[in-house]
Amino acid sequence: MGINVKVMERPVGEASYVRATLKGLALTLKHLVDPHRVTIQYPEEKWDLSPRWRGTHRMLTTEDGKAKCVACGLCPTVCPANCIKLVPGEDETGNRYPLVFEIDEFRCIFCGYCQEVCPEEAIHLGRHYENAEFNRERFVYDLERLTAQTHPVSTLWDPADPRGE
Amino acid sequence: MTGLDPMQLDPGLWPFLIATVVKMLVIFTIYMVVVAYTTLAERKVSAWIQDRHGPNRVGPWGLFQVLADGVKNFLKEETMPGEVNKPLFLLAPAVAFTCALVAWAVIPFGAPLPTPWGRIDLVVADLPIGFLYTLAITSIGVYGIVLAGWSSNNKYALLGGLRSSAQMVSYEVAMGLSTVCVLLIAGNVSLPGIIAQQVETSWNIGLLSVAAFLFLVSAFAETNRVPFDLPEAESELIAGYHSEYSAMKFSLFFIAEYANMLTASALFVTFFLGGWDIPFTSWDNTGPATVAKALATFGMFAAKVLFFVFFYIWIRWTLPRFRYDQLMSLGWKFMLPVALAYVVIVASALLGLDAAGIARGSRAFTLALVGLNAGLLVLLFVILDRGRIISPAASRLERERVERLRRVAAARTTIAPGELR
Repeated sequence: MGINVKVMERPVGEASYVRATLKGLALTLKHLVDPHRVTIQYPEEKWDLSPRWRGTHRMLTTEDGKAKCVACGLCPTVCPANCIKLVPGEDETGNRYPLVFEIDEFRCIFCGYCQEVCPEEAIHLGRHYENAEFNRERFVYDLERLTAQTHPVSTLWDPADPRGE
Repeated sequence: MTGLDPMQLDPGLWPFLIATVVKMLVIFTIYMVVVAYTTLAERKVSAWIQDRHGPNRVGPWGLFQVLADGVKNFLKEETMPGEVNKPLFLLAPAVAFTCALVAWAVIPFGAPLPTPWGRIDLVVADLPIGFLYTLAITSIGVYGIVLAGWSSNNKYALLGGLRSSAQMVSYEVAMGLSTVCVLLIAGNVSLPGIIAQQVETSWNIGLLSVAAFLFLVSAFAETNRVPFDLPEAESELIAGYHSEYSAMKFSLFFIAEYANMLTASALFVTFFLGGWDIPFTSWDNTGPATVAKALATFGMFAAKVLFFVFFYIWIRWTLPRFRYDQLMSLGWKFMLPVALAYVVIVASALLGLDAAGIARGSRAFTLALVGLNAGLLVLLFVILDRGRIISPAASRLERERVERLRRVAAARTTIAPGELR
């Protein structure tokens, strides 16, 4: 039932009011005349993405413009979010290729396992983040779209810091 | 234009009317533009102080942001809550806005302007009682806020209105008393008269520094600016008295706030910084009136006022808000007694100086008053400012009261712990 009001006991010399105000004004004025701005003015200025940045996918192609993918089925297997749809096909010479290769970017958790597991270094995550679309269907990237994209791809690790430390 | 006859304007009705209307239009236009840009300045300065950029998308450096805001506010939907008191709800923003505006009628903003039709004083209405008029108008300004708070039929708005009325009434006392010293020195209640006195002797900020400090603090409280913006303390009261307002009516309150800021700055400049007087030169206030002088003095006045507007913004982004009891005890236990004592001190100092035969405006007079004020400032801010006198948060009385309450509570505690459950 005691009244536990905490009464601040500051040293007499420090408990001033006007001087503290002047000190505060000096501090804000310092920031006013010498601002340490960290804002990036987005559409004009862009941030340097890390080489490890994991963004929307890209399918690399061979010299003749075909996807490098051999439809081995490793990436849909390893994908923890189950976002890769792969229907394999085989041409007359026995080379496998993807008939359907779709990635649902809404489902994707951008873990990078597909890129890591790919034996052909075909599927890659991209160093890219401007993905806005007007409808949800556009976020299922098909093979054509994946190969057509040109943004840089992720290395999944930083070459300057290979052990990721 | 220097060869013109510096005679008074034709005393007929029409020249007076036309000159007044022109002055009103010019002042209103400049005033509204400056108020609009003060909102931008507030956002910019706050951004810079916080290491941000501030609005910079609309036009170069965001200069057209105010136009965008204005258009937005005009086009937004006006909501009228169902339970409001309609006439008063509509009246309140108008009152707040008008009162902020009409105070400018008596503030002189430049040296007289010579025209082919005679000399025109650069003040819209040269009232002989200009000072009392400003006090009256700023007091009426409270009604805008109180009515808004009450007519909204909303507890937060009501609390905001209540707070503002209590706060403004309290600080008006200190404000009035601090300006009494100005009147004592000027011996005049017309604002041009007060400026003339400062031109003749020296600026009142030196002669009456303590009064200037008190006036400044009260002006912050009067205009509901941080650290005294309790009527709209958003953390407690949503938006305080204007919680229920939308679109242009809300905007009117904001314009009123910034207009009040400008008015308070102009009053401070008039009372304590020599109005339109250009310092360190007597070129501007001797000899015949010229256009150059009028423009230069107007520029000086604008510069001084804008500096104080900047100061308002600067303070706002530096200090946190007072607690309500701190606000009240600062007003009644510090500002009022100091203002009263200061009036007595200044009055006796003036009497003493007059009795000693020291002419007003002489170097000895100025030095004596400046010395007195310097002493009082040291006394106030260095010796007395130890957390008890000025800061109301940790007063000794409060601690004793808490101790007493604790003893009372301890004596009463006969209930075993846990029995209350």
